Amino acid sequence: MSFRNTLRAMPTLLKVGFAEAVAYRAEMFIWVLSTTMPLVNMVLWMAVARDAPVGRFGQEDFVGYFLATFAVRQLTSSWAAWLINWEVRQGTLSMRLLRPISPLWAYAAENVAGFPMRLIVAVPVMVLSVVLVGSRAVPQHAWQWAFFVVAVLGGWAISFLANVAIGALSFFWGSSQKVMEVWLVLYFVCSGYMYPVELLPPALRTLIDWLPFRYQIGLPVEVMTGAHGWREVLWLLGAQWAWVAVMGTLAVFVWKQGVRRFAAFGG
Amino acid sequence: MVRRYLRLLGIQLKASGLLAVQYRADFFTEGLTSLFWTFTALAPLFVVYGERPVVEGWSFGEALLVVGWFTLLQGILEGAINPSLTGVVEHIRKGTLDFVLLKPADAQFLVSTQRFLPWRAFNVLTGLGLFVYAFSRLGRWPSVPGLLSSVLLLGTSTLLLYSLWILTVSAAFYVVRVDNLTYLFTSIFDFARWPSSVFKGVAKGALTLVFTYVIPLALMTTFPAEAMLGRLPLHALAGAVVGAVVFAWLARRVWLHSIGHYTSASS
Repeated sequence: MSFRNTLRAMPTLLKVGFAEAVAYRAEMFIWVLSTTMPLVNMVLWMAVARDAPVGRFGQEDFVGYFLATFAVRQLTSSWAAWLINWEVRQGTLSMRLLRPISPLWAYAAENVAGFPMRLIVAVPVMVLSVVLVGSRAVPQHAWQWAFFVVAVLGGWAISFLANVAIGALSFFWGSSQKVMEVWLVLYFVCSGYMYPVELLPPALRTLIDWLPFRYQIGLPVEVMTGAHGWREVLWLLGAQWAWVAVMGTLAVFVWKQGVRRFAAFGG
Repeated sequence: MVRRYLRLLGIQLKASGLLAVQYRADFFTEGLTSLFWTFTALAPLFVVYGERPVVEGWSFGEALLVVGWFTLLQGILEGAINPSLTGVVEHIRKGTLDFVLLKPADAQFLVSTQRFLPWRAFNVLTGLGLFVYAFSRLGRWPSVPGLLSSVLLLGTSTLLLYSLWILTVSAAFYVVRVDNLTYLFTSIFDFARWPSSVFKGVAKGALTLVFTYVIPLALMTTFPAEAMLGRLPLHALAGAVVGAVVFAWLARRVWLHSIGHYTSASS
């Protein structure tokens, strides 16, 4: 299971993943349509800001914010926890374990390979946002775009690694879907998915700055809409990648402990 | 005729009930997750009403009633409607709907009652709890006629929800791969979280029209909440009842039409 083997297998894994994403495009489309939560909240906040702006947010800023949230959610989401739960229960994980490459890389490749298809959804949404809000809906400078890419990658990494860590709990408990639901609720409430986190009271904001959730969605969206100067962004990106490191360690640890307990059924 | 169907319903309920009793612990896990999910509905409300005392003519306590109705209907949806109808999609995909069609009872009745998940209905309790909390915030209690009409509207809301589901499932006869139609449906239902007047400002009120007449979400949560507050005009109440009956009749016609298109999956 050397690193070189993994690297050699990557292009093929990505190709397979991409082919799968293309084959199940209709399902993905429905899946995309079903993430309407940012739009639901956008409408609510627009009504709130109709007469006077909320904080620094006018109606248009909310449109920009929530359309960016919609796009970022498409790019940073992961569903590895459900997949792992399913494969552990069905025993099909044994097939993956036989291959000379860690299943974690395979899950990651599958996720990453879906990116191009997801961009097809995310890009038009951002174009729409520019049409509705004007050019301030997207970054004005090249460095902001660069930071945005880093922030999206970091956001995706946190989602994916958290998914693996929670999914691997199914080795111990049989099913960890409820844990994933709890995580999802915290993620919805704390990530800036339903409202910009800066509208929260200061005490809560400090707490949220220390939690991983806002780095999954809030940070990329804020970079996209140009909410911070570069010094601040750099600081936040540091915090984000610190969380990536923590989650990575946790995911690998839980997975390694758990996979020893795995016993496949059937024949 | 009616007695026969009531007896059938009793049998189906008993079967589901027995299954549910086997998984008693689910009562607690479902309850906990239900409370947790309610948090996602409440969090934006707290943030919004932290900024404004009144949004589009709805105070915090009043908007809480709408969330309460949303939660209650979600309980009905997940406990009584979703489980059966996801079963239908499975039947259509595998071609096992044959066995249902062969039975000497109405097919729509049989598929709609095939499975109930009582523990999932925990949301109904959460919704009732929200009502009590909302009215204690408002500092008054609903009038008797208001309460009676809201109970009547509970019936129409359930009927509407069920008819919408039948329409969605009818689509499964034409497009077979619709596993995640459930998610699509619940995410459209998400728009019923807020009082429908919130949508007034979007697209010159077109969205309000859509959610009142095309996808009658406003009828499901906003109307009952207004009835509880005693401010739903009588003609709206009558309109809701007539509308729900017409909608159900329409759904029935569509179901009968699409079942004519069913072709078994086997050779």
